[in-house]
Amino acid sequence: MSALLSVTDAHVAYGKVEAVRSVSLEVGTNEIVTIVGANGAGKTTLLSAIMGILPLKGRVTFAGQDLARLDIEDRVAMGLGLVPEHRELFVTMNVEDNLELGAFRIERSRARSSIERIYALFPRLKERRKQLAGTLSGGEQQMLAMGRALMGEPKLLMLDEPSLGLAPIIVADIFRIVTELRASGVSVLLVEQNAQAALKIADQAYVMELGEFVLSGKASDIAANERVAASYLGFQHEGTSVL
Amino acid sequence: MNTTIMLFLVQDGITNGAIYALLGLALVLVFAVTRVILIPQGEFVTYGALTYASLAAGQMPGTAKLALALGIGAFAFDLFVARRALHARLVVRSFITNIVLPSIVLALTLYFAAQKPPVPVCIALSLVIVAMIGLYLYRIAFQPLAHTSVLVLLIASVGVHLALQGLGLLFFGAEGQRGPAVLSGAFTAGALRFTGQSITVYAITIAFIVALWLFFGLTLYGKALRATAVNRLGARLAGIRTTLSGQIAFLLASVIGALSGIMIVPITTLYYDSGFLIGLKGFVAAIIGGLVSYPLTAAAALVVGIVEAFSSFYASNYKEVIVFMLLIPVLLLRSLAAPAVEEEKD
Repeated sequence: MSALLSVTDAHVAYGKVEAVRSVSLEVGTNEIVTIVGANGAGKTTLLSAIMGILPLKGRVTFAGQDLARLDIEDRVAMGLGLVPEHRELFVTMNVEDNLELGAFRIERSRARSSIERIYALFPRLKERRKQLAGTLSGGEQQMLAMGRALMGEPKLLMLDEPSLGLAPIIVADIFRIVTELRASGVSVLLVEQNAQAALKIADQAYVMELGEFVLSGKASDIAANERVAASYLGFQHEGTSVL
Repeated sequence: MNTTIMLFLVQDGITNGAIYALLGLALVLVFAVTRVILIPQGEFVTYGALTYASLAAGQMPGTAKLALALGIGAFAFDLFVARRALHARLVVRSFITNIVLPSIVLALTLYFAAQKPPVPVCIALSLVIVAMIGLYLYRIAFQPLAHTSVLVLLIASVGVHLALQGLGLLFFGAEGQRGPAVLSGAFTAGALRFTGQSITVYAITIAFIVALWLFFGLTLYGKALRATAVNRLGARLAGIRTTLSGQIAFLLASVIGALSGIMIVPITTLYYDSGFLIGLKGFVAAIIGGLVSYPLTAAAALVVGIVEAFSSFYASNYKEVIVFMLLIPVLLLRSLAAPAVEEEKD
């Protein structure tokens, strides 16, 4: 079976500076794929380009269709979702409105039932349904951003640093939910600095350094790789621990 | 000055202020959603007013033809943008909204203009014509620039204003016009005399503000518009097209402009270029509201209206100067409150 998302020889540049060079990756159905790498490796840039926020040279297909001529909104309607690093919530609107707008392209009747599913997944959001998004804690905002993206019924959800700046207990919660998503049929492309946690739940993994993939394979193999362990899992080099 | 005159001036000020409030709200809305400072708002006022007055006088307004011409332009833009992937559905939809709709309205206008139609028909036709002009203008002049800076959008906005004003002279001539009152008759309450027209202004303004409030608070499209204003990228990631939000904002602004014009033209003679100054007073209110706050804008518009009424009584030569001077203390206060000049992020 062909991959759900397939990126071939992608280049992304900011002016003359190439932030992503010749990157190829695949995400299958019902799969969690993670991209790990240090800050500034180009992970966020790659996700933004796949979503259509930044121009990408190369070929991206999703569910068998070439994305080249499609706007962000069209990609959303096709079932590609992104939870960006900065979450981009509607801060002056309440939780429920944020979720409702996540289903802007979905039939009204279906949207109403999916909002209950989101509340079941994130009970905290249900408690705060009338609260303004801007007044939520960091963890709750992350949950809301994920909930809003899920309201659009994505086939593939791309998560950019979902654990950044959150308390460990909330991080565990979010990673648990990511695995639940896979069980419910949503594929996940996860970009993380928290390599250990990401590799633990992922099926496939790519290691990114200075805009290029330097390693790829099964997540368990990558986690066992000595070089990865040294650079990203916080063993040996005490000073550069990312955990 | 006795109380009768004072009450009279306040009443006059509130009537004008109500209209400035509507215009100010439209400006805030358009700016928040599209970042366009809508200078041509005043032309929507003139076009609405003079189209209405022309129709009521049994003349054919040129604006109906302009709507069709702009529609053809908008259709061409749609085709050009979609040239590499022409879907039949997209072409048909664009053809209906940009060509069929203005053609039908033009036909109706031609038919009705010949026989001095009743007031409600004049109002409906004027509103639809100006609404279409607003919608197509967005497609032609602003949508292709949507990703550029506020300054570029402002320059485009000034260009559109000048073009529309010139066309207004062509369509309506240099002579001023007045239209028939929407509601005739009057009654007195104490020292005050209320005309049917001023009651209409209050009622329509209040109804429109309530309707806008409901639209933004309760409907999905209203919320989508707010979402675009709060976070453009977030809205796009939710699948909300920035162009759709822009279209709705321009549609609302042009309807509000035309409606204001239709309400004013029975009270004051309007010329092809009168709209600019009226729009500018709505703009003063919008600036006082910081281009973001709807309630503050509405309140400021009432103040603008009342200041205008009093200054036209005491120093009518300086009426406009005094109104625009209201901006100076506001801008001073605002610059003291936020001294740093904000760089545009996108």
